[in-house]
Amino acid sequence: MSDFLLELRSEEIPARMQKGARQDLARLFTEQMVAAGIEIASPEVFSTPRRLALIARNLPEHTEAVSEERKGPKADAPDKAIEGFLRSTGLARDQLEVMDVKGTPTLFAVTEVPGRAVSDVLAEAIPAIVRAFPWPKSMRWGEASLSTESLRWVRPLSGIVALLDGEIVPCEVHGVTSGAVTLGHRFHHSGDITIGGADDYAMKLRAAHVIVDHAEREALICKGAHDVAAQAGLDLVEDEGLVVENAGLTEWPIPLLGHFDEDFLAVPPEVIQLTARTNQKYFVCERDGKLADAFICTANIEGRDGGEAIVDGNRKVLAARLADARFFWEQDRKKTLAQHAEGLERITFHEKLGTVADKVERVAKLARWLAEEGIVPGADPDLAEQAAHLAKADLVTEMVGEFPELQGVIGGYYARAEGLDDAVADAIRDHYKPVGQGEEVPTAPVTVAVSLADKLDTLAGFFAVDERPTGSKDPFALRRAALSSIQLIMANELRFALPRAFLSTSSDVLMGRMTKGANDLYDRLVSDLRTIQDRGANINTALQGLRASLDDVYDPMKEEGLKVGLARIYDLLDFFADRLKIQQREAGVRHDLIDAVFALGNEDDLVRLLSRVNALQTFIASEDGANLLAAYKRAANILKKEDWHGIEGEIARTGEEDPLAIVDDPDLKAVVDAKMAQRHSNALSYTPEPAEKALMDVLDQAEPKAKAAAQAEDFSGAMSALASLRAPIDRFFDEVTVNADDQDKRTQRLNLLARFRAAVDAVADFSRIEG
Amino acid sequence: MARDPANSFQDMILTLHDYWSAHGCLILQPYDMRMGAGTFHTATTLRALGPEPWNAAFVQPCRRPTDGRYGENPNRLQHYYQYQVILKPSPSNLQQLYLDSLSAIGIDPLKHDIRFVEDDWESPTLGAWGLGWEVWCDGMEVTQFTYFQQMGGYDCKPVAGELTYGLERLAMYIQGVDNVYDLAFSAPAAGRPGVSYGEVFLENEKQMSAWNFEIAETDALFDLFRKAAAECRNALEAKLPIPAYEQAIEASHIFNLLQARGVIGVQERASYMAQVRDLARGSCEAYMEREKERWASEYPEWSA
Repeated sequence: MSDFLLELRSEEIPARMQKGARQDLARLFTEQMVAAGIEIASPEVFSTPRRLALIARNLPEHTEAVSEERKGPKADAPDKAIEGFLRSTGLARDQLEVMDVKGTPTLFAVTEVPGRAVSDVLAEAIPAIVRAFPWPKSMRWGEASLSTESLRWVRPLSGIVALLDGEIVPCEVHGVTSGAVTLGHRFHHSGDITIGGADDYAMKLRAAHVIVDHAEREALICKGAHDVAAQAGLDLVEDEGLVVENAGLTEWPIPLLGHFDEDFLAVPPEVIQLTARTNQKYFVCERDGKLADAFICTANIEGRDGGEAIVDGNRKVLAARLADARFFWEQDRKKTLAQHAEGLERITFHEKLGTVADKVERVAKLARWLAEEGIVPGADPDLAEQAAHLAKADLVTEMVGEFPELQGVIGGYYARAEGLDDAVADAIRDHYKPVGQGEEVPTAPVTVAVSLADKLDTLAGFFAVDERPTGSKDPFALRRAALSSIQLIMANELRFALPRAFLSTSSDVLMGRMTKGANDLYDRLVSDLRTIQDRGANINTALQGLRASLDDVYDPMKEEGLKVGLARIYDLLDFFADRLKIQQREAGVRHDLIDAVFALGNEDDLVRLLSRVNALQTFIASEDGANLLAAYKRAANILKKEDWHGIEGEIARTGEEDPLAIVDDPDLKAVVDAKMAQRHSNALSYTPEPAEKALMDVLDQAEPKAKAAAQAEDFSGAMSALASLRAPIDRFFDEVTVNADDQDKRTQRLNLLARFRAAVDAVADFSRIEG
Repeated sequence: MARDPANSFQDMILTLHDYWSAHGCLILQPYDMRMGAGTFHTATTLRALGPEPWNAAFVQPCRRPTDGRYGENPNRLQHYYQYQVILKPSPSNLQQLYLDSLSAIGIDPLKHDIRFVEDDWESPTLGAWGLGWEVWCDGMEVTQFTYFQQMGGYDCKPVAGELTYGLERLAMYIQGVDNVYDLAFSAPAAGRPGVSYGEVFLENEKQMSAWNFEIAETDALFDLFRKAAAECRNALEAKLPIPAYEQAIEASHIFNLLQARGVIGVQERASYMAQVRDLARGSCEAYMEREKERWASEYPEWSA
């Protein structure tokens, strides 16, 4: 059994790619071995910025010999066929073997493929692995790059170590030849290192200041950072991503702590942490839970002076960045947020939806409405409107220009520094939330109003101008906006009809566009007219006529536009339903049940919709529910088969105005019963069978009960009213012939089934339910 | 007297000139136009095209109007110097050559932490991209190191290696000063006192920042932009890629000034950038057109 070491050395591999590269190396190597018939355990893989390495243990010295059989013609086939087979195999007639195939003697060419030296297999596998390596981004280099066919690698490939039990596996890829020699740390070690094999690889590199195992470097950074923070009396702010990134940037990591001028702490801590992390890859520290004036950088060398110069250099870089941040912080606050907001007029939100300032106006109006209508309970309309007006103002500040990730957060700080109401500052800070699944959903009323208004406006706006997501394309993140809206509505149990909220944005956008369209047309015609002025036409008369005729066009356009707008609002509602289904699927809610409730067409209140869906799901899971669904489908099938278009549903519908709706009142029971009997005897020309009568009676009870319960939002009550139909409908199907010879009976019974169907559909559209 | 790069900014530049000259580079002078980066120099952009070997080094003054800080930031300037080296094809020891040049100007790699951190370079304006790193010295980006893969929309065959040193930042390290204006531009010599970077450029930064951000007449700038674009097209029609390219550089700088004046909206920005890109790409295309037959005849294995 042999051990194999492979090292692919290159110029610095981006830290973010190393994990994927290790996995790819292991996978490609395993594939090569499997293809050669070599069974191997998972190889170990390592990476540093300058090398990818793999160790595979217990490889055989040779691959197994295999015999390959190739089937030829039948033994008694014509000579011609046999000769052809001989030609293609290169064998003579007496070298063929005869074997039995389903009773027919058949010729076979049997070739013994001898085992190969694993070293030979590896020598072919290495170039194949290198050529097939799926780097996220790769490049060409050097003289060979005169042709675009030259090798591509993440950065120039500079060396290959390939040793099988200490013997070099000879191979070559685009001028790079395998050997036993590698390099140590770029600065701590000079000259070649000759590796003996898999066993001394890590050790020899360690002696040359390279820790080849990334996991070991990560652990060192983690511990080192904790230690230097503790020595300074601080707590490290842990950051797993930074640990991995720094391990990918170093071969000999040394965490070092430095301090920055504490005056910089006047800058928001998010800014300091962000610039330290993303620009410099530094950890930050806390003292008593507050950001401290310290950073931890991870050097790749043991500095001659103990790292003093390194810390000092890094401190200066951070100071310059923080000085810039403080410059922005001070510059920005020379203006109020309201003054910054004026700049939003210069930023286009979307070509068809105007500027960000236009959007802000719409959002402010909508936020105010959400508060005034009590849709967001406890939200002060004035504060909601004010917060909405200022929420986007930080987009034009220097700070957000430099740190776009901090949009909202920065505005929140500026609002507080200006002395605005805390509720306003919080709303500005948090109005982008929630941005992801599982993220914190705002609950502060003013924030909720602004956040929801912002998202609903985006959705209604883009739908109004027909810019909706298609397939995988969702350039304006409308799916995200819908999902966030749903999260806000559900978490805060906001009760309202969605289309009402869409209407405001939708009509503003459409009317604005139409007015603009009419004005543009007018302007263009005016300029056209001016150019023909020379011809002596009376311009003013022409213009007056033009304006009047434009108005004639404009009014019908408004009508038509609103119709289109309304249609798009309903499209948007469907879009919401789809998002809701996706969101609820994860919570284990069946999408067909959501469909069933949505299909009623009158359900535009998401909170009510979901409680309805939940009640329905519980019901369908019960025995009564399952049986009722089966009966419903049976009834629906019969009605379909009989092509029943009769007076179906009439009874159910007139039931809406039926005074008998108060059937539950015990005082009225006698009266109600009498009326019912009268009604049925009036309607029927024959005596109903007992099962038929029973169904009618239960329907008389259940219909109004289900309706009343649904209206009172007691959906489980509505479901139990439906449940009462189960036994009678089952009995009806068992005992009553629907398709009776007597036309009158048939009509009445089909009507009864239609009435049953309608009663069930009034609670949810059962035809949408699967199963 | 032996040159000491730690003495002054100019000694450091002269040391780099000596170093790269000794490694077979042409030492060129700056391009005489306002530009945002040394990459715009024709010695980089146009010479990166085609199969001919090309090795050059030069200082290029760079203008980034939006980076102006009225002389108040210790290391942000709207006018600064880049040292640019271009080696085509990229030699296999390019990283080592670069590191040796740092040693030549006095950076001790066992005292200072030198790191190659992923930073792929892309200039949509030039239709160019490359892979490489920003080189960090104790966390400060001191050099952009790029293997050009495409220029003007054409594959680079062969690939050129480009090094862009931030001269002020390096000098601050070597001289151990925290503020760029405190750098010694020259050392005392021949009985004359040394001159600081601030004495040379502080007033310039103050005035230029004010002009870039507040004063420059925007209507005139818009007009200049249109004229440069038109002149570029005029030169392209006459199949003169180099003058066309100069006008593309001009348009690009005017655009940067308009940005600093804050008069270009987000939407417009994209359209201006697209215009500059078309001018620059058109110039590269015209350059290719003009040279490709000769190149193909001299380098049979090469093709456009």
